[in-house]
Amino acid sequence: MTGTFQGYRRADGRVGVRNHVLVLPSVMCANHVVDRIGRSVPEVVTVTHPTGCAQVGADFEQTKHTMAGFAANPNVAAVLVVGLGCETNESKALAQEIAARGQRVEVIGIQETGNTTETIARGVEVARELVREAAAHVRTTCSLSELVLGTECGGSDGFSGITANPALGHAADRLVDAGGTVILAEVPELVGAEHLLAARASAPVAAKLYELIERVEARARAMRVDIRTGNPAPGNIAGGITTLEEKSLGAAYKGGSTQLREVVEYAERPTQRGLVVMDTPGQDIEQLTGMVAGGAQIVVFTTGRGTPTGSPIAPVVKVATNSDLFARMRENMDVDAGTIVGGTRTLEEVGDEIFDWIVAAANGRETAAEVLGFHDFAINRIGPSF
Amino acid sequence: MPLSLDGAALRLKDDDDVAVALRPLEPGVPVRFADAEIVPSALIPTGHKLAVRSVAAGALVHKYGQAIGRASAPIAPGEHVHVHNVEGVRGRGDLVAPQ
Repeated sequence: MTGTFQGYRRADGRVGVRNHVLVLPSVMCANHVVDRIGRSVPEVVTVTHPTGCAQVGADFEQTKHTMAGFAANPNVAAVLVVGLGCETNESKALAQEIAARGQRVEVIGIQETGNTTETIARGVEVARELVREAAAHVRTTCSLSELVLGTECGGSDGFSGITANPALGHAADRLVDAGGTVILAEVPELVGAEHLLAARASAPVAAKLYELIERVEARARAMRVDIRTGNPAPGNIAGGITTLEEKSLGAAYKGGSTQLREVVEYAERPTQRGLVVMDTPGQDIEQLTGMVAGGAQIVVFTTGRGTPTGSPIAPVVKVATNSDLFARMRENMDVDAGTIVGGTRTLEEVGDEIFDWIVAAANGRETAAEVLGFHDFAINRIGPSF
Repeated sequence: MPLSLDGAALRLKDDDDVAVALRPLEPGVPVRFADAEIVPSALIPTGHKLAVRSVAAGALVHKYGQAIGRASAPIAPGEHVHVHNVEGVRGRGDLVAPQ
């Protein structure tokens, strides 16, 4: 019998580990109203962003699907979409896409309602009603196999590939053994390690992985740049990482050692359980948003330099690669993987602690990033604004 | 020689050209492995790499048992291995011939 946790069973059958009400602007012009609704109703979570208008084609589609996937994440009980009225990303169409994914959603428009002040007042009223509805949801016993774990590393250093990432890989293997799903992402940071993953995949899955890797290198060729001019970042290099390949080989450990089952696009929901690769950039917040929009309820984030990132709707468990960082940024960190190098704990012991944290966070334990109130959100753009 | 005898450096795989400094390695102070002794020729900061064998200029440099890049200069045992003597092979859009 696999393990269980207490979660929120949603109408579409998926399970949430949080019970948030989300207020989401369909366009940046609604950010102010969303922010003011959030100040008046502290029980909701809000996001703001610089997207939703003057976007076309695949870039617009990706933005819209990411917002819809994020809003439909099972950690969210209900959504209030706030639109302006003239935007590309029409708020009612966005709300329809969210509803089509089985989510409870309301929508208000600024131009339709009238003044800013009136829209805020209307939004506060609707948000309070959604909070009341959400309070009726209770936790019930769910299987760990319902969990989708996002894995991420940011601010990596020379210890990332020795301590925190392999320890996270051990936890990832345990979750896959329990029937769950693990997302490995940040594809530019798999360049140089893709052959190791492809060796654990079926031919079609391996081919899709190689296609994603080629897209990254094709972009570098089109721009005539060495990716190393931006990745590894200056802090990665200061921490001892020399090349993109070295960073990738350390990063790939996060996914553990199981069979690679599927490769999905940015913010796309996996259809397979087990280990899945998602096509996201290495930019931390765009990656985080993409994985959560793809259905990840929990993220484990390893860091060597000290990256504080947290999601508004998903617990992010922060693992320090070295004990100096764990001491220096204690309030931002949940797990110290530096003890592996210190010789006081084995990689498996730290991996077990990460796994226990995943289960505890699923049961409701707040991570450091949640306690501190982080609500980072950014959508990966694949085209220019027009 | 995975971990040095004093625990100061870790060579992750047998065929690796480098070991990772687990604490700062002082120049001139030998790092003793079970089967070799390497004398750092420069300060190797924590998390950085120490060459444990020679690498010819242009040859691949190995860590994790995999290629992490190519030596852009000859590397002698004991040297600090980093961006000054190793370049990436992948993601090198800058090497595309101008049209």
